[in-house]
Amino acid sequence: MTATVNQRSSRVAAWSPAKLFSARNIVVLVVVVGVLIFTPSVVGAYWTRIFTICTIFSIAAAGIALLYGRLGLVSLGQVSLIGVGGWITLRIGHATSLPFEVVLVIAAIGTGIIGVLVGLPALRLSGLNLAIVTLMLAGAFEVIFNVTGFPNGGDGFLGRAQGGVLQQPLARPSLGTTDPDYFRYVVVVAAIMFLVIGLHLSNRPGRAWAAIRQSEAGALAAGIGTVRYRLWALAVVSATTGVAGGLLAGNAGLLDPISFKAPASILLFATVLIGGAYSLVGAVIAGFLSQGVPPLLNAWGLDGNLIFVLLGFGMIQAITTAPQGIAGQLQGLVRRIAGAIAKRRSR
Amino acid sequence: MTGSLVADGLTVVYGGVKPLDDVSLTFDRDVCGLVGPNGAGKTTFFNALSGFAQPSAGSLAFDGEDILAMNAAKRARWGLRRTFQQEQVIHGLSGWDNVRLAAEHTGGGRAAVERAIDFVGLDGVDRAGSQLSMLERRLVEIAKTVVGSPKLVLLDEPGAGLDQSETERLISLIRQIPNEFGALVILVDHDMDLVSTVCGTTAVLDFGHVIAIGPTATVLGSANVRKAYLGTADMEADE
Repeated sequence: MTATVNQRSSRVAAWSPAKLFSARNIVVLVVVVGVLIFTPSVVGAYWTRIFTICTIFSIAAAGIALLYGRLGLVSLGQVSLIGVGGWITLRIGHATSLPFEVVLVIAAIGTGIIGVLVGLPALRLSGLNLAIVTLMLAGAFEVIFNVTGFPNGGDGFLGRAQGGVLQQPLARPSLGTTDPDYFRYVVVVAAIMFLVIGLHLSNRPGRAWAAIRQSEAGALAAGIGTVRYRLWALAVVSATTGVAGGLLAGNAGLLDPISFKAPASILLFATVLIGGAYSLVGAVIAGFLSQGVPPLLNAWGLDGNLIFVLLGFGMIQAITTAPQGIAGQLQGLVRRIAGAIAKRRSR
Repeated sequence: MTGSLVADGLTVVYGGVKPLDDVSLTFDRDVCGLVGPNGAGKTTFFNALSGFAQPSAGSLAFDGEDILAMNAAKRARWGLRRTFQQEQVIHGLSGWDNVRLAAEHTGGGRAAVERAIDFVGLDGVDRAGSQLSMLERRLVEIAKTVVGSPKLVLLDEPGAGLDQSETERLISLIRQIPNEFGALVILVDHDMDLVSTVCGTTAVLDFGHVIAIGPTATVLGSANVRKAYLGTADMEADE
């Protein structure tokens, strides 16, 4: 052997429980708790509702970031999966008296299965081919949603109330009956989804996905079952996106097919690139860019559709100067400030 | 004691081209070399061994086990490891995680990762792959091949991009693999100094055929091999 046991200790990074209480983790915890407590009272009822939707879309954005940032897969059908999760939530919610949380789990499982099934034919695709296939699938779901509509308390498999029968919104969960409470509920569920995705990224599946992204041959040579891990990624992303759909359904109790058109997925993907596809912070930024900017433009007396122009410029900026997105730039800024502070202290 | 690899009549066909044509050879000790001019079929031989190229005829057996019966990922879990001409260190993962990645899919635990990293002598394993020097990346690649219980290690130009002193360090490591891990090593490289220093047995491929196999010094000195590398006209000029 070329090294002694003593040398080993200097080479191998030891994991310590103290890392759980690192400054970074404590800051994140304080920010989340602060957001939970203060946001609704600071921003008012309208923006609380907007922020609720932004947070919900952050979950779907995190899925896109996982697929693109870690596996190099371009999915342009994520908003359709939100619709699938919403459809299942409304249907199960109306048909049963199960608690909302159980319905969310069912929506996650159902959307996970559907995501894997529709993703199966695309397993061997990547790059532009995969992007086009997922966009076509998004188009197919758009048609299906337009034909079937979303369950609104009616009978039959589709659960549609027809004729003069009154539509029934799905009741919100008991922990989130008011808008501020539902916002807090959504933030907690989103945090759990981010934790699920983060745990996958930082453990065995995340490393396997990184290897597949780097080189399929290299991954196979390392013993990685590439098909299994791709399916795993699709299942995780579809399930968490299904939860996002469930939360969206719970927000208003009803869903409209107009919210799940194929271009909405392209817009969400663009905001992930701008926000940053390589970190979960980027997903949060993407959620707020996609759902927060249009109402902000409206509030300033501008057309919300200007977001497409802004995203166009944002994409150019992200591709040419900031491939890590806004999140990467923020992290760079934090590193520079921390470095400057450390330098000043050392003087 | 390392195992023994036997290729018998191995043929790979791509369209109308035969990069490997009825290749029969045996590698049975420590570190063996596979050399030949560009396009001779060396990497195709590695690809057939690893499961990335499907032979149209012939067999590959290691200590009697049929390698061709396993798919690529299963071969890695069985104990076949390889590096590529282009290093495959994942930039977004630390050096440690790069090696751990190989360990967790080939049956090695934390102790195996520590052993592999200690073996190659890699320091600062917390650094991201993108921050490692070329030598360190090559060391990570070697660590990935020896982690767990390798039986057959294929090294495809492991010294590419390294200077003389770095290559010497690599030579020392490659020589130790059979004794430390019990794995048969097959080395493909254009660096004849590296091959002649490290390999006891060497086979030479030319246009998909084995034109020589035997003790490295004898093989590299044979007229057939010089002809394959230099060409007839060059040989005549040389003489």
